[in-house]
Amino acid sequence: MAVEYQNIFTQVQVQGNPEWGMDDSGEMTRERVGKPWFSTLAGWLGNAQIGPLYLGWTGMVSLATGLIWFVIVGFNMLAQVGYSIPEFIRQLFWLALEPPSPEYGLSMPPLNEGGWYIIASFFLLVSVMTWLLRSYLLAAEHKMGKHVFWAFASAVWLFLVLGLFRPVLMGSWSEAVPYGIFPHLDWTTAFSIRYGNLYYNPFHCLSIVFLYGSVLLFCMHGGTILAVTRYGGDRELEQIYDRGTATERAALFWRWTMGFNATMEGIHRWAWWFAVLTPITGGIGILLTGTVVDNWFIWAQEHNFAPMYDGAYGYEDYGSYEAFIGQED
Amino acid sequence: MLPKWFNDWNKANPTNVFGPAIAIGIVGSAVFVAALVVTWGNPLQTESMQTGPRGTGMSVPEYNVSRLAEDPTIAGYSSSPPVVPGPDAVRAGDVIENAEPLLADLTPENYERVVNAMRTWVGINVLFNGEENYQTVVARRMIQMTQNLNENWASHVNVNGNAGVNCYTCHRGEAVPSDIWFNVTPVNENVGGWAAVQNRATSMSSSTSLPSSALEVYLTDYDSQVNVHDLESRVAGVPGIDEDVATIQKTEMTYSLMNYFSNSLGVNCVFCHNSRAFYDPAQVTPQWSTALLGRQMVIELNQEYLIPLGEVYPPERLGPIFADAPKVGCRTCHKGYQKPLQGMNMVADWPELATTGAPVYE
Repeated sequence: MAVEYQNIFTQVQVQGNPEWGMDDSGEMTRERVGKPWFSTLAGWLGNAQIGPLYLGWTGMVSLATGLIWFVIVGFNMLAQVGYSIPEFIRQLFWLALEPPSPEYGLSMPPLNEGGWYIIASFFLLVSVMTWLLRSYLLAAEHKMGKHVFWAFASAVWLFLVLGLFRPVLMGSWSEAVPYGIFPHLDWTTAFSIRYGNLYYNPFHCLSIVFLYGSVLLFCMHGGTILAVTRYGGDRELEQIYDRGTATERAALFWRWTMGFNATMEGIHRWAWWFAVLTPITGGIGILLTGTVVDNWFIWAQEHNFAPMYDGAYGYEDYGSYEAFIGQED
Repeated sequence: MLPKWFNDWNKANPTNVFGPAIAIGIVGSAVFVAALVVTWGNPLQTESMQTGPRGTGMSVPEYNVSRLAEDPTIAGYSSSPPVVPGPDAVRAGDVIENAEPLLADLTPENYERVVNAMRTWVGINVLFNGEENYQTVVARRMIQMTQNLNENWASHVNVNGNAGVNCYTCHRGEAVPSDIWFNVTPVNENVGGWAAVQNRATSMSSSTSLPSSALEVYLTDYDSQVNVHDLESRVAGVPGIDEDVATIQKTEMTYSLMNYFSNSLGVNCVFCHNSRAFYDPAQVTPQWSTALLGRQMVIELNQEYLIPLGEVYPPERLGPIFADAPKVGCRTCHKGYQKPLQGMNMVADWPELATTGAPVYE
């Protein structure tokens, strides 16, 4: 059909003998688990082959400690509702394992006043760090660059700032983020309010720029590649070293649209840096909050980037409230 | 799963059901949405009122369906003008047997008028019937409370047009007013500290996971401070250890209180604050100070009038968990409206309730 390429799903699926990958040293197969199989559903979205999985010692440690963290959080939530399963399900999004109360500072509090939080956090730390190490080791195994490792490390940086570096600098574990669905959102809002509006934190501004920029770049890149798929543009690597009409059209499109175009190669650097800079700048902004700056609005006024507005506040100066609600006598 | 004859028939008669199914789905959804809009009013039709300089996002938006509708309890309100006493007026205490001492100095006509109105407003027929029932004991204190409100708290109740309060402002025809509150914390079991008072959907947290203790602290404690901000760009100190460094947890409790304010009045944050600097008194609206006074007023009502009445009530009127006295908050009067009863004057006809001294008839 002529419109075969106009589809949100991958149209060509390869299903056959599972591909096992390289095994140069003769040892890689040893730690691969799971019998590979094919999923048509997965094939619509990506590769139809599922598995095998290489866990290694880092994967095992990471999954085990992550599971311990998960169970500690879950059982603390369950204890808080008096071990009632219906109430646990009903209140699940509201419940949390909270960090220690503020009066304990950096000391170890009783288990039911944040002690479990410290223990759980330790296991989460081990879990995340071994997963980070795993992304390095697997890249090394494949003789790849460590780009994914560094990208994940930038997210881990933000994680460490929130849960470790900043609480230590503040002198209180109570500054850490609670483990709960709604409660961590409460924390986020309260954090901004407490420190005089985080929107005036320049590193928060940068983080937003890179976050929204990542979204924009991803959309532009994905859209461009899909648009030239009919000319073979989705085979990006070939297009990098042997530029064809797909690349020419994509480049022309953007150059005529905005006077500048990235290249088949360079666009991936744009995307990688925007994504990586989002948590790096965000982490710097969080780390400075409460340690170096305690009121970002006042800080912004002192540095002349919070504008002042002249004019009255309150509805009396803009009309009558009674007229607005239609209850005027 | 399906019978064989059906599968055979199905195979022999291939039909594309997607076309009709999509058509039915679209038509059905359209009918459903249309029915909702017709019966409930168009919720998307909003009006907003600018309340600050352009560029600051200061505006009060409201749905037209609620903006233009009258508070339904206004229709249930009854009032009657006072009878101005003549030169030879007599005291109710002298002619009515077992007259209520607090109202005994009124003329008999006004005495009957006030007592009857109170019975209607709160829906209790045994008020001031000569017995010392608990309703009468409470009502006596409530009259004093109402007089205090109208006399000493005009800065809140009359701040924008004369409104004042009477029994109906809270009661709306019910013996027990809606939107009273009781102590509920701790809400979580097997934990101590901050974790015990938050992270549960309760009426006291307006179904958020914010602390359920906000009203217990901020609406009963004279010394409680709502503010959490530092007023300089850098203030050294460790939260929780140094007394004047506010914690994230206290901020969440403040947020819980503000959320209660907002829900009680049907307004958003920027009705009072400029959200870019919540704390800055130079950028707030006049309503900010009205709300500030309102909180002080509520603390006084709870401490001087309502909590001491806990000894008078029968057990079924006390709190379900701690058997504490019912208390008031913003919502007890406001009921979701920016002005209770949309600003109706509740005291013009009732000089008896306007002052702690002798009523002034005009």
